[in-house]
Amino acid sequence: MSVFTKLLATAAVAGAMFASPALAQDNVRVALVVKALGIGFFEAAAKGAEEAAAELGNVEVIYTGPTDTTAEGQIEVINALIAQKVDAIAISANDTDALVPALKRAMQRGITVISWDSGVAPEGRQLHLNPSSNPLIGNMIIKLAADHLPDGGQVALLSATTTSTNQNIWMEEMNKVMGNYPGVEVVATVYGDDLADKSYREATGLMQSYPDLDAIIAPTSVGIVAAAQAVVDAGKVGQVNVTGLGLPSEMAGAIESGASQSFAIWNPIDLGYSATMLAYELSQNGIEAAPGAEIPMGRMGTLTLDEKNEGAMADPFVYDSSNIDAFKSIF
Amino acid sequence: MLSRLFPARETILASAIMLLLVIVASRFHGFVAPSNLANVFNDTAPLIILALGQTVVILTRCIDLSVAANLALTGMATAMINVALPGLPIPVIIAIAVMLGAIMGAINGVLVWKLAIPPIVVTLGTMTIFRGIIFLISDGKWVNSHEMSAAFTGFPRAAFLGLPVLSWTAIATVIIFAIMMARTPLGRSIFAVGGNPHAAVYTGINVGKTQFFAFVISGALAGLTGYLWVARYAVAYVDIAGGFELEVVAACVIGGISIAGGAGSVGGAVLGAIFLGVVKNALPVVNISPFWQLAISGSAILIAVAFNARAGRAKGRIILKTTEANS
Repeated sequence: MSVFTKLLATAAVAGAMFASPALAQDNVRVALVVKALGIGFFEAAAKGAEEAAAELGNVEVIYTGPTDTTAEGQIEVINALIAQKVDAIAISANDTDALVPALKRAMQRGITVISWDSGVAPEGRQLHLNPSSNPLIGNMIIKLAADHLPDGGQVALLSATTTSTNQNIWMEEMNKVMGNYPGVEVVATVYGDDLADKSYREATGLMQSYPDLDAIIAPTSVGIVAAAQAVVDAGKVGQVNVTGLGLPSEMAGAIESGASQSFAIWNPIDLGYSATMLAYELSQNGIEAAPGAEIPMGRMGTLTLDEKNEGAMADPFVYDSSNIDAFKSIF
Repeated sequence: MLSRLFPARETILASAIMLLLVIVASRFHGFVAPSNLANVFNDTAPLIILALGQTVVILTRCIDLSVAANLALTGMATAMINVALPGLPIPVIIAIAVMLGAIMGAINGVLVWKLAIPPIVVTLGTMTIFRGIIFLISDGKWVNSHEMSAAFTGFPRAAFLGLPVLSWTAIATVIIFAIMMARTPLGRSIFAVGGNPHAAVYTGINVGKTQFFAFVISGALAGLTGYLWVARYAVAYVDIAGGFELEVVAACVIGGISIAGGAGSVGGAVLGAIFLGVVKNALPVVNISPFWQLAISGSAILIAVAFNARAGRAKGRIILKTTEANS
């Protein structure tokens, strides 16, 4: 990052401080610090933060972050925010540990600090907001398939590699709740190694081996796209529903072709909204972030903290033909 | 005598493929249905095209490890061009793809020819550079199916006489290569350079220049495949075809292309690619644990190569019997 852009970013933050001294006295100022400016996902989170601010009335959201995804850039932003004496900082961190000293300093000055999306080590924040949790994701991936199979049916899993930690945990969590979805049978688990061509081949193989297959669940972004393409090429749109976890921008074509009825991933708008709500509650309503605490976050319900002061916001958000157009340009 | 040896080797490989098909069919009957075999061939088409390019390079005692990265970079470039100019006709896109690929091949070729850097080092370097460039031009972002035009993704899968264009491209490449290697001065000089570079120089063949052309051919084919690949899977990102270069080299080696250069045939490379294609397509349907699949693929390669090495080993001849008797 050039010195010039750093100066610009700092100037912009400083400008925001001096431009609204009158407002500052009345309003609660919540800084939403993102990994880098100009990323669709975070722009959407800022939109959610604004929504929370409008709902709360007396909140001013300062959306800021470095121009590239470095911890150093975020430390500068944090220092500028401390100088501004904001009321709360909600950060999606570029580094788990590097930000801790700066954020500790912020907390010493009475600023509420929470992390969201990408966390900070426990000593550097009061709580961490995860977009979802492994059990919720595990349940969601099978629910996505089961929702379109009222009479039950055969589903197969297309994962990343055999050693992918996330995917293995989600599939394990999924197996725990299979009892809630009677009639839905997982007939096979195959691995596409997160390669488009291998995933495509594995999906084609699944459709051959199980001619009555009703759904392919791919909890990986490469796999879900490749499987959707394989279903289109096999002429099985309408028979085999591809679902799982993917990004709206990558899955828009699959939704359009009908190969995928729906899929899920976090909703950045909800995430920004919840982070702002949580920061406000901690900063203004005297709620203490402690293990077991239940903190309200507006329309998103409440956040329950675990022993590490972390909480899961909600189920992954479901995207289908009704909302894909609004999200495909966001992330 | 050498020319009679090649068909024998190819017959063995063809029999191995038939045997493989029989074994797979005994576990999953649908696999040998003509429509499925056509699908398998179509799925193997990119590998066949790249294996032919690689064959030419290996014949000249070089190796091109940058083919997959070249493919990915060209694929990303064509996808981005398509997004920027959706109206651009497909023949123009293909021409751009072939040219881009050829330029990248030429870079390899020049480094090997003029700077005399070992080809494995050159292409290992350019492989990483090409992948890096994809990251630079794409910013790490994907180009997705809904952003590509229907004509762009439709071309390789358009059916013509019962087979998709992708398959026909592979067939056309095979025919062109068969003629080129057997009937043109370039084809013959490629064999000569690999067989005995010193002798080739005395016959007036420029060894470096021939190697340069081999890299250009390999690059151009990688470029062509880049477009076909991205259009087929309807997605372009940094890591597409990751590790595919090794599969291409494996196809050549299984097909009996000698890594030492100078020995091999177009038919062998094609059969080698088809062998790997059948294995890759059969494993998912015969219900073998995914944990075993990699091991099985690897063993198949080793067995095939060991077989080839045995069959191809020239029998030693004792020409000085008296010396042997004396020692």
